[in-house]
Amino acid sequence: MSREHDNHALVVDLNDISFSWKPELDPTLEISSLQVQSQEHLFIKGPSGCGKSTLLSLLTGINQAQKGHVSILGQDLTQLSPSQRDTFRAENIGYIFQQFNLLPYLSVVDNVILPCQFSKKRRLKVDQDLNDTARELLRRLHLPEALMDKPVTELSIGQQQRVAAARALIGKPKLIIADEPTSALDHDNRELFIELLMEQADQAESTLIFVSHDPTLEKLFTQSIDLKVVNNAKGFQ
Amino acid sequence: MKVITHLALKSVLNRKATAILTILTVAVSVVLLLGVERVRTQAKSSFANTISGTDLIVGGRSGQVNLLLYSVFRIGNATNNIDWKSYQEFSQHRSVKWAVPISLGDSHKGFRVMGTNQSYFEHYQYGSKQPLTLQQGREFDGVFETVLGSEVAKKLNYKLGDEIILAHGISDVAFSRHDNLPFKIVGIIAPTGTPVDKTVHVSLEAIEAIHVGWESGANLGHTPDIELLKQHQFEPKQITAMLLGLNSKIQTFALQREINTYRQEPLSAIMPGIALHELWGMMSVAEQALLIVSGFVVVAGLLGMLSSLLTSLQERRREMAILRAMGARPRHVFSLLISEASALTFLGITLGVVCLFSMISVAAPIIQQAYGINISVSALTAYEWKLLALVQISGILIGFIPAFRAYRQSLADGMTIRI
Repeated sequence: MSREHDNHALVVDLNDISFSWKPELDPTLEISSLQVQSQEHLFIKGPSGCGKSTLLSLLTGINQAQKGHVSILGQDLTQLSPSQRDTFRAENIGYIFQQFNLLPYLSVVDNVILPCQFSKKRRLKVDQDLNDTARELLRRLHLPEALMDKPVTELSIGQQQRVAAARALIGKPKLIIADEPTSALDHDNRELFIELLMEQADQAESTLIFVSHDPTLEKLFTQSIDLKVVNNAKGFQ
Repeated sequence: MKVITHLALKSVLNRKATAILTILTVAVSVVLLLGVERVRTQAKSSFANTISGTDLIVGGRSGQVNLLLYSVFRIGNATNNIDWKSYQEFSQHRSVKWAVPISLGDSHKGFRVMGTNQSYFEHYQYGSKQPLTLQQGREFDGVFETVLGSEVAKKLNYKLGDEIILAHGISDVAFSRHDNLPFKIVGIIAPTGTPVDKTVHVSLEAIEAIHVGWESGANLGHTPDIELLKQHQFEPKQITAMLLGLNSKIQTFALQREINTYRQEPLSAIMPGIALHELWGMMSVAEQALLIVSGFVVVAGLLGMLSSLLTSLQERRREMAILRAMGARPRHVFSLLISEASALTFLGITLGVVCLFSMISVAAPIIQQAYGINISVSALTAYEWKLLALVQISGILIGFIPAFRAYRQSLADGMTIRI
């Protein structure tokens, strides 16, 4: 089989995985197969409770599938120790939360460069000065220059999400995962944010996985899967 | 680690109010702990330094603490006087090097009056065998002359040459004053930090002289004229106690036994060191209670810190999740909280020590004046360092509780954020 070869092009490769939060419970997530190609923009659709969080925790290596293989960027996460998975995540994955993404006690720029503090590899991928790069990213995400030195608490939700996007993009991680980042934004801002995010992900040559329960966003993406269909587990509510 | 320190610092600064309160709680408990410890040790040494060089104190038969209290500390009253003949006999005993007679019972404006003789100035010692020295003037010579302790002079603002009136007994009221017999101040003793400072010293003859006509305990109205009394040679009939210094310490027990079994009158002889020890033992209950209370204050302070850390933890779950997503490992989260608890404790201790020293430098003269206890602004002792280290270690250990909880939370929560 040319499986090994395929792996290199695949950013995400899940095979026959099964996960349950507690051994005595039915699995929350069972996926027979899920592949994401490099630099793809994938939309994962699913209502709450269908295992989105579980899937994301497996993709980021926070949790381990009890069965099957979770392979990210050709690396089988099940082979790594917890601390190796932490390092792997810090180096290769940019993550955007639903909301309240930023640490309130750090400045906007400090929030953006945070991933580089935990990963040397990501810091090395930044050619210029860290602060300059952060500002450049924020500029490209249309954050007004004047806001960059303000405390994050003075920013609107939309602006905060753009800072979070910049943080996910810094150091050009191979994979960017966005967990409902637009749920707190209004419709127009939502689309604008997604367009900006995609544009910047392309510039960084990153793959984007975007998770949302909002089906209206689906049309913005080239690829889309419905987690309800993909997840075979009976356990989810 | 630098990242974690930086984050911990920024995070704490973001919760300034709580952090400052936590630091203050720890600081207050440290001030109390060290303060109590200081007062305790200094009071103890001050106490043990009250009398030295004296081998035996002899008085009417009573318990040794009682005898010590009235003869040395001027607290309470003698149960019984001793006969002048007993004094003469023992002061000439072959193993006795020197003897100081003491006669108590009168007072001046709340300060006790003590009748004695010149041998008192020669032989009485305090601290580490320091003799009494006169700050001003000379020892008393005539009958109606007095030498004051430093505090008496200071409090009542007396100078050499002033005349004072003694009162019979310890209550200074009009009908009990020896008011036709004023005493002239001829000397003031340098401060000693002992009850000597609060004593008015006169000669034994003076005690006899002012009580002529007072034999029944009150003035019956035939006190003779002062000039007449000055002519008269007084021989004391009774004294309250005597201090003995021996030729050799080996004889102490033999002489003590001899005095305690003296046939002519019931006497008690005590060794000041042992009596002081017993007295301190009685007070050490209070001292230990104080130490325990301050220990509990430290515990309360640290528990306060624990509760504020645990409360903040709930609010900080999101912070932890963000850090985890950014690549922080659970051990980073762990050390974030440990370093916060350690730093808060450390700052609390530092602030506490600074507060303590500034308080001591302000309060020391007042305490010295009011209680005669000398509390110096000296460097921390080894024991105090140990106490502080104990507080610091407890602070770090207490940090393990929220740290461990945050660790477990961040493992369980992962990327999902529960608020």
